[in-house]
Amino acid sequence: MKRAAFGQIGFPILLLIPQLVIIAIFFYWPAGYAIQSSFYLQDPFGFGSTYVGVDNYTRLTTSRTYLSSFWFTVIFTTLVTFFSLAIALLLAVKADKVIRGAKTYRTLLMWVYAIAPPVAGLMGVMLFDQSRGNITQLLSTFGYDYRLGVNYWDTAAAMITVSIWKQIPVNFIFFLSGLQAIPRSVREAAMIDNASGTSRFWDITFPLLAPTGFFLLIINITYALFDTFGIVDTIVKGEPGNNPMTLVYRVFVDGFRGGDLGGSSAQSVVLMVLVLILTVVQFRFLERRIHYT
Amino acid sequence: MAKVKLDGVRKVYPNGVEAVEPCHVDIPDGELVVLVGPSGCGKSTLLRMVAGLEEITDGTLHIGDTVMNDVEPANRNIAMVFQNYALYPHMTVAKNMGYGLKNRGLPKTEIAQKVAEAAKMLNLEDYLNRRPSQLSGGQRQRVAMGRAIVRSPELFLFDEPLSNLDAKLRNQMRIEIRALQQRLGVTAMYVTHDQVEAMTLADRIIVLNAGRIEQIGTPAEIYSQPASTFVASFMGAPPMNIFTGTSDGQQATLDGGLSLNGAGAPSQTGKIQIGIRPEDVALDPSGPLPFEVDIVEELGAHRLLHGQLSGQPFSVSLNKDEPASTGPTKIALKPGAVHFFDAEAGRRL
Amino acid sequence: MADITESRIAAQSTAHPAKRIKWEAVGDHAILIAGALLMLVPVYMIFASSSWNDITLHREGLQFGFSDDMANNYNAALFEYGGFTDSVNGVTMLANSLILGIGFAIGKIIVGMMAAYAIVYFRLRFATLAFWMIFTTLLLPLEVRILPSYEVITWMNLGNTYTGLIVPLIASATATFFFRQFFMSVPEELIEAARIDGAGPVKFFIDILVPLSQTMIAAMFIIMFVFGWNQYLWPTLITTDESLFTLVRGIRQIMQAYSDGSTTPEYGEAAALAIIAMTPPVLVVVFFQSWFVKGLTESDK
Repeated sequence: MKRAAFGQIGFPILLLIPQLVIIAIFFYWPAGYAIQSSFYLQDPFGFGSTYVGVDNYTRLTTSRTYLSSFWFTVIFTTLVTFFSLAIALLLAVKADKVIRGAKTYRTLLMWVYAIAPPVAGLMGVMLFDQSRGNITQLLSTFGYDYRLGVNYWDTAAAMITVSIWKQIPVNFIFFLSGLQAIPRSVREAAMIDNASGTSRFWDITFPLLAPTGFFLLIINITYALFDTFGIVDTIVKGEPGNNPMTLVYRVFVDGFRGGDLGGSSAQSVVLMVLVLILTVVQFRFLERRIHYT
Repeated sequence: MAKVKLDGVRKVYPNGVEAVEPCHVDIPDGELVVLVGPSGCGKSTLLRMVAGLEEITDGTLHIGDTVMNDVEPANRNIAMVFQNYALYPHMTVAKNMGYGLKNRGLPKTEIAQKVAEAAKMLNLEDYLNRRPSQLSGGQRQRVAMGRAIVRSPELFLFDEPLSNLDAKLRNQMRIEIRALQQRLGVTAMYVTHDQVEAMTLADRIIVLNAGRIEQIGTPAEIYSQPASTFVASFMGAPPMNIFTGTSDGQQATLDGGLSLNGAGAPSQTGKIQIGIRPEDVALDPSGPLPFEVDIVEELGAHRLLHGQLSGQPFSVSLNKDEPASTGPTKIALKPGAVHFFDAEAGRRL
Repeated sequence: MADITESRIAAQSTAHPAKRIKWEAVGDHAILIAGALLMLVPVYMIFASSSWNDITLHREGLQFGFSDDMANNYNAALFEYGGFTDSVNGVTMLANSLILGIGFAIGKIIVGMMAAYAIVYFRLRFATLAFWMIFTTLLLPLEVRILPSYEVITWMNLGNTYTGLIVPLIASATATFFFRQFFMSVPEELIEAARIDGAGPVKFFIDILVPLSQTMIAAMFIIMFVFGWNQYLWPTLITTDESLFTLVRGIRQIMQAYSDGSTTPEYGEAAALAIIAMTPPVLVVVFFQSWFVKGLTESDK
């Protein structure tokens, strides 16, 4: 709030009303509804529901399919986050260093941001297709029989590759702007103190980039958890079967295909708690980040 | 044009911090009053209460004959110049100056005429169609002044208007502001932390410290009769030397054993503080006070000697033609050089 | 040729030892070019393939060269009606994508700016509570509460409407948060000067704050447009009526046809549709790059 803020009361409330009404109806109501239905079991034919306590939650902990999705999500998130961050960091460091063509490289490395995840997924399907995919053919020349949609880990590899590819641009943009925010004087001081470019990077640049990196870590985990829905859905071609599945995809499958509102809601609540934990971590970090600057 | 009267005006923030203690100030019509003090002393808060940008917790504020406590800033007939100029970055110089008049509903021709007048006065005629970002710091400062002038206010408020300028420009603008204020004859309140600015600009100075008014007076009064050790050391560069010492009612003695013969003494006995301005001292080989010089600082027109008097740190300011060197020497005090303050509160005795 | 170049560089490097550094630069460029190709090649292949007929693509996969079925494929993708009810073609989907992208961006900016203005520029005790209520929405993406949201929309009879498509997406506070951050960074003195100049809340907003925010609005618009255009899950759920399909939503239809395997899938048309679906957001991001980057990187501060 500003020191000399306006004193009116009615007008600002009027300004807030659209936002508050929208979030009340389309955020708080559904979120509350999810929490509520996670304690009920729906009749499969739509006739009412019974209170079942935490049954929906305990069911999750014993469900093999849910647990396998859980572990897959952990692996998926770890790999996507690590590789998209690492590749983007390498590219950003180089793009920050080169003098010629820096702008062109920036453009060439960021434009994929604008491609929708399912469109990326479609490209993945065509490249990894079991019989005619170009990558499949390439792999078969090395003697590997790649089978998308049949072999669990082959399918997973396609999902992970496409998800990494799609996320590199965002990470690249943030790393590059983080690098460019490092004061010139600091770089120059480091150049005088240390002749080796590599150790200069690890001693000076990398720690100064840590705030950006941590912020991106959270962003990437969120991305891998939620925004990859379109990629997963296109790669399994809307037919999950025995394919690997992320947690968010399972919420969708169980809720809309399986008609299990209670179970799907319980899964939603689990995800909410997960995101909440992430946010708390991010918040604690953000507070510290203020001291950095 | 108007006189300004603050009657017990006080500011307490919602968190309970008292930013300004109840204060009483009378500013006659046409006077330029400078509020000076270290950062956080409440000088800006006081000014902003007069402007109406900060609510007045207690007390009454008169501008002219009207109580202004609950009047909107725009209706107080004031104009304010801000430290960072607060120009509207997307408007041209002319639009910036005319915005307040436009909001008052003045006809366009009249606005244009007033803006042109002010621009002429401030040498801004060639810049009227530029944006603030295309101007130099000094020019932006002038636009901010112009915005204040076109309103023909009863009261000018300046909130550290020169602190974003470099030293040379600052001196020049200081003179311009003073000339302009005198020419227009408008009452003005001016906030600064720079004591040189305060001394040179003010008809009267208000020295603030920790939300309290320490002293109100003309620059000469403030300098020669500081009301407290705070004022004494804040106003004047280099600052007044402050010693600890004792008084027996007839004679004052510095801690360390040196007596100040013939300098008088306060009637209060016991522990006191003793102030001597660096420029109220003369080097005199036959003088009464032994002074050990450690460092000689060359300042061009002056020379500063830093050393020990009676075992306490002491600085002396000399003209450039007086010879000086390190080592032991003797000094004499000019008449009226010694100021006495009480030991605890630092009030003048 | 390569030999000549290399030996020339070698000759130079013996003449001027400092020139050695150049090899490092060559390595840097090589890495960057590899990265750029990694981004570019898959999309290029889709583009090239959109000029081939279905049978070749079915037999040989994506192509590197160009053939002469481009007009055919794009014509089919844009103008041939498809779907179960034959009520949707590429042009309709393009229009729907534009409506979603632009409607979402504008709605979000207006709602967000208003709320941020109220929170930052008014002495409103309720503002802190409002801020936290709004801020909380950043925590839970739509994907997490997708099923109940769907139920709410159905209950409100907003399924298969543009309102049902766009408004729930606005229920996250990214724009509000972004504008709040920006408003906080606007110098305090500006509102003070404006108040002395006699500007009330409405005038200050319209005369000062909105013009000052132009760049921010542009940046937000680009990000939100791309975000809206690329929405997939929500449109998939909320629009069953094919005449409301967006391009990205249309991709799902293609994938389902793809997995049916009954007839030879229309690969050429699918590739063409993918290109059509990505072109507008890619162009926007590339052409308004500096605004886009600014908007993206400043929203986190």
